[in-house]
Amino acid sequence: MFDLERWQEIFDTIRKNKLRTFLTGLSVASGIFILVVLLGFGQGMQNGIAREFAADASNRIWVWTEVTTKEYKGLNPGRPIQLRNENHAYIQQHFSEELEHKSPVFRVRNVQVNYGNEAVGYSVQGVSSGYQFIENEYMSQGRFINQSDEENASKVAVISNKIKREVVTKGEDVMAEFLDISGIKFKIIGVYGDMGGEREEERIFIPISTAQRVFNGADRINNLSYTFQPAATFEEAVAESIAVENELTAYLKEAHIVAPDDTSAVSTWNSLEEAKRYYSLTGNIKFFFWFVGICTIIAGVVGVSNIMLIVVKDRTREIGIRKALGAKPWSIVGMILQESIFVTAISGFAGLIASMGLLELVGPNIEVDYVENPSVSFTVAFTTVIVLIIAGAVAGFFPAWRAAKIHVVNALKDE
Amino acid sequence: MPTMIEIKDLHKSYQMGSNALHVLKGLNFNVEEGELVAIMGSSGSGKSTLLNILGMLDVSDSGEYILDGVPIKNLNETKAAQYRNKFLGFIFQSFNLINYKTALENVALPLYYQGMGRKVRQEKALKYLEQVGLKEWSHHLPNELSGGQKQRVAIARAMVGEPKVLLADELTGALDSITSYEVMELLQKINDQGNTILVVTHEDDIAHMCKRIVHLRDGIIVKDEKIKQVRASEYVQ
Ligand SMILES: Nc1ncnc2c1ncn2[C@@H]1O[C@H](COP(=O)(O)OP(=O)(O)OP(=O)(O)O)[C@@H](O)[C@H]1O
Ligand SMILES: [Mg+2]
Repeated sequence: MFDLERWQEIFDTIRKNKLRTFLTGLSVASGIFILVVLLGFGQGMQNGIAREFAADASNRIWVWTEVTTKEYKGLNPGRPIQLRNENHAYIQQHFSEELEHKSPVFRVRNVQVNYGNEAVGYSVQGVSSGYQFIENEYMSQGRFINQSDEENASKVAVISNKIKREVVTKGEDVMAEFLDISGIKFKIIGVYGDMGGEREEERIFIPISTAQRVFNGADRINNLSYTFQPAATFEEAVAESIAVENELTAYLKEAHIVAPDDTSAVSTWNSLEEAKRYYSLTGNIKFFFWFVGICTIIAGVVGVSNIMLIVVKDRTREIGIRKALGAKPWSIVGMILQESIFVTAISGFAGLIASMGLLELVGPNIEVDYVENPSVSFTVAFTTVIVLIIAGAVAGFFPAWRAAKIHVVNALKDE
Repeated sequence: MPTMIEIKDLHKSYQMGSNALHVLKGLNFNVEEGELVAIMGSSGSGKSTLLNILGMLDVSDSGEYILDGVPIKNLNETKAAQYRNKFLGFIFQSFNLINYKTALENVALPLYYQGMGRKVRQEKALKYLEQVGLKEWSHHLPNELSGGQKQRVAIARAMVGEPKVLLADELTGALDSITSYEVMELLQKINDQGNTILVVTHEDDIAHMCKRIVHLRDGIIVKDEKIKQVRASEYVQ
């Protein structure tokens, strides 16, 4: 390997057979290039999905109700189920350990919202203070609804950055203004923003107690929403959330006399369960990219050994001449292997640098849903190149060995 | 003169499917150091087969072959390669130069397999190229050379390792007669310096430029005679 004379001999050969060398190198380099780019995008998708989940607190549970679909305890199907304050109160007390933030949601329907003389076309929801954290809202100005607002049924409202931008026209301080909801004045006490962007900023929040009292809600609730207490590991969090979800559903079904197997009367959506599905999806995607990548590598190796076979055939006469002049079999094997390893290594690293360069350059600028900053760890890529080189050497050994066994007399025969 | 090559009862046959083709049927002859021997015979008489065995590119089925006192038998590939490199120089009808290497690099190649350093190799190769009159052509590729020039490069390559014996198979087969004589003149000059040379040919005039002719027919030596050498220089202006 460290025989300088041998290296000089190989460089001579490479220098004088540029096209052949170039083609061999190209196939190796493009194989590595494709693999690294694929792996990069696999990582990018994982990053992207992680980002999508970062938008909301990703450990929340959401409860809604519909009509019953099964007969139960003498009650006919088709009966609407209505969540009530007492349900929330029970859950709040009963699951105080497991749940972190808690808020019922009451949707105020058929109301006209005005700011000054302008109509504001957004929906109004009654919520508790915890809803800020459930939806992961940050405050741009002022504060969110708090405990005392709810206790006092204060006529206060929280609007979003988007709404503020649309209604404020004269540069006035929005915090000193009022919203007119069906003729009742609500003082604006805060402006929120959402990590998920503007499509998550289309609601006006008021205290749930106010909403129920002012807009004939009585003790009715549309949804329940909670976040779980953080757990040590992702797996634990998922397991715990599923347990709570099941218990909670069982309680609600019992309280409303719903058949235990009636899946549509009381429904829950557990983001952790969803997240788990996505995470395993990214796992699958990653696996798929690896699979494709490894196929590419195998194709590359087959390509290299194929090229080597052709090279050996191409060089049969030359090898015969060298043997007649005194080349030993192992020096022929060494010559051919060393040349191919050298070419594979150089072009492999060229492909590596090119693809990593591309990811480095283009990666951060990619702004697509579910793909973020495609990148690949250098160790992984480096290992791949090493594997390719070793595989190439193994695959190249057989043609080389065959070359070394060529019978001089046959090799030199004139066709 | 010491004996350079000793052949005793040499047999060789090729297996062709189920039946064997007996090509060499018990050859006996000796070659002394400094001889210039022509091996003649019709096509298929086994001339090349004999030369390949002498050149350790092929092995006989039975019989003895002693080269400069060294018995040549049961050689593995590595040993045979070593012996070829040290003891023998080959000249072929179709030159067999490596087409991507310059004349100089071609000539230097046997020295590479002797483990000689690059600089020494090139110096020595250049010296031999000068001897065959091609010093100015040292950096040309084979396809930039004429047939005669290529064969001269091949002769320089055969000589550069200072072998005990030069083996030439139809070395003038691809050349016109004038060029053939020029190449033979060079070979005679090399022989004059004391080198042992075996030439396979079926051209009478070429054979008569040697000092001895061995006639092969159907795998046996039918005639082995010393002749009066015709100097190629008589034909070359
Ligand atoms: N590898 C081989 N396998 C089978 N038969 C062979 C082989 N090499 C040579 N022969 C046969 O052996 C015989 C002698 O061949 P050889 O090449 O020695 O002849 P030659 O005297 O050199 O002929 P030419 O003047 O045509 O070169 C021929 O009949 C040839 O067909
Ligand atoms: Mg022949």
